Amino acid sequence: MIRRINQKLSHLQTDLSVGFFLAWRQVKRSSLATTLLIIFVMMLTFLNLVVVRGILVGLLQGSTEAYKARFAGDIILTNLPKKDFIENSPSVIEVAENLPWVEHLTYRYVDGGTVEAGYKTRVSLTDDPNSTAGSVVGINPEVEDRATGLAGTVLEGRYLTPEDSEGILIGANMLKKYLDIEAPGLTLLENVAVGDKVRLTIGDTRKEFVIRGFLQSKVDQVDFRMFILDSTFRNMTGRSDFNVDEVTLVLKPGSDPELAKSALIASGVDKYARVQTWEESLPKFLLDIQNTFGLLGNVVGSIGLVVASITIFIVIFVNAITRKKYIGILKGIGIDSTALEFTYVMQSAFYAVAGTLLGLLVLYGFLVPFVTAHPIKFPFSDGILVAEIPNTLVRAGLLLLATLIAGYIPARIVVKQNTLDAILGRK
Amino acid sequence: MIKALNLRKSFRSGDSELHVLKGISFDVKSGEFVAITGRSGSGKSTLMYQLGLLDNPTSGEVYIDGVEATQISADERTKMRLSELGYIFQDYALMPELTALENVLIPLLMQGLTRKDGEKKAAESLERIGLGHRLENTPSQLSGGEQQRVAIARAVAHEPKIIFADEPTANLDSETSQVVLQNFISLNKEGQTILMVTHEPEYANLTDRIITLSDGLIVSDVKLKK
Ligand SMILES: Nc1ncnc2c1ncn2[C@@H]1O[C@H](COP(=O)(O)OP(=O)(O)OP(=O)(O)O)[C@@H](O)[C@H]1O
Ligand SMILES: [Mg+2]
Repeated sequence: MIRRINQKLSHLQTDLSVGFFLAWRQVKRSSLATTLLIIFVMMLTFLNLVVVRGILVGLLQGSTEAYKARFAGDIILTNLPKKDFIENSPSVIEVAENLPWVEHLTYRYVDGGTVEAGYKTRVSLTDDPNSTAGSVVGINPEVEDRATGLAGTVLEGRYLTPEDSEGILIGANMLKKYLDIEAPGLTLLENVAVGDKVRLTIGDTRKEFVIRGFLQSKVDQVDFRMFILDSTFRNMTGRSDFNVDEVTLVLKPGSDPELAKSALIASGVDKYARVQTWEESLPKFLLDIQNTFGLLGNVVGSIGLVVASITIFIVIFVNAITRKKYIGILKGIGIDSTALEFTYVMQSAFYAVAGTLLGLLVLYGFLVPFVTAHPIKFPFSDGILVAEIPNTLVRAGLLLLATLIAGYIPARIVVKQNTLDAILGRK
Repeated sequence: MIKALNLRKSFRSGDSELHVLKGISFDVKSGEFVAITGRSGSGKSTLMYQLGLLDNPTSGEVYIDGVEATQISADERTKMRLSELGYIFQDYALMPELTALENVLIPLLMQGLTRKDGEKKAAESLERIGLGHRLENTPSQLSGGEQQRVAIARAVAHEPKIIFADEPTANLDSETSQVVLQNFISLNKEGQTILMVTHEPEYANLTDRIITLSDGLIVSDVKLKK
């Protein structure tokens, strides 16, 4: 029994080495241009398999990363469902600030408000006012900028200074000139420029501001909001208790948000605020789109896999069929069918491996660093190329497997033909 | 060594049946050099395919070294072709992308020889046939006669019991044919059993025995005295 298995194994080894011998020489002595072309096609297939999904996922990842960087930080505290703000905010903030992992902390007051422009030149009260509604956010501009780099999102004009109680920053999507869409019920500010006066109404309080700048970040929590000083906000709304609506924590690099979250909950912060890691706080639709895009990427990738299989099938089939006579002769002089099948399977493996290696080189040597340095500008995010190594390797493995099967089938078809017919070129 | 017993081979084409071999029996002893002649279409190649286990006869038996070979599995027949038979085809049938040495090496590797042992044996076989200086050339760099001699080296490198050659000199000029024939004769002198199809009476006369086929039957079987 063991001897028979051993015999089988050594026979298989012989088949493999003969197959390899023939395969390598066929590849080596076939036209260089053809070989390069096939390898190039395999490389494109591999990239198609990885990059299409990578960009689709990266497009969303660009968006979620911006959401994290510009708004949520690593951990975001918001009001409890039935409360209007985070109660006991000063002590909550103190607890949070003293966590060992926290690098930056910023807080925001948020309330609904209406901003109106051009009210001085408005002729008739029956005309529609040039106004729009949105969230008004009170911030400490320096603290906010340290945590979220808000100053970097200024598109026009300048950022708020700490004493600027008259200044207001307006998100680009509240302006007609930056968000040019018509939707029922949606009115946007028109014909406003940096330096214009606007009237801001929060509840019953109304105050005049000067537009200091417009912000654009591809994050709704910036682009659909208006920013004023926290002190001004408190004066307008009478929130003298210093209770805020959002607290964003940016952790030191390498810290685990879950750990910080647990520590906050352990300190009882969850009695006053909803504590979420940035991922938990992502709007559900973003997660849905991310999943959908991932799926879409897989569908495109699968199609790519089928195309690669067909390519290899045709290459090997043509290769084997044109060499039918030689396959017949080899069989005639006693070469095993298995060894001959290996010859073609190994050739397809060679193309797949060479194409994949080249693809990996292009992917990690060029595409990923390039797209990271120059994100793809989509309207709602700066897309990056996501290519996690395990995921990429799985795809490379899939491609190899598909190629092996696609190479084996035509080889088997041709090798199985009658030996004598093949030698004599009959049928 | 090899024995045919009442071999028949027919081909069906539409409703009619073409009987190509109509009951052929003969026996070749070890070390014999046998020429098979006959008019075109008499069934010489068909007979060679049956004896060389490249085809299955419609009926009859083929014994190779006592083993009845028409009933064994395709794998067993492949193994038998590898280890006990050698083939020389009219058109040389060399692998175009392999060098002379590699062409001879292939069946040796298949027999399980290591690369080193195989190459040594292949080189010896080529040297024996007078091609020691052409080991690294591919078929396209060799003349027809040289290609055919590489094919002979490939057929005999693994020391088969019998070699089959179907009109090995048909594509060669008479001078080159002489060289190839001399190769066969010297191999035969070393004890090699050879079955060769030829049209040339001159070449047939160099062998030990001439079997003549006509219309699928043996019409004469003459042993030559030397
Ligand atoms: N596969 C086949 N199907 C039908 N007829 C065949 C087949 N193979 C051979 N024949 C016929 O059998 C006959 C003998 O053919 P074969 O090739 O054995 O002749 P031969 O003696 O070798 O001739 P030549 O000297 O021309 O090579 C021919 O009439 C040929 O047409
Ligand atoms: Mg013939």
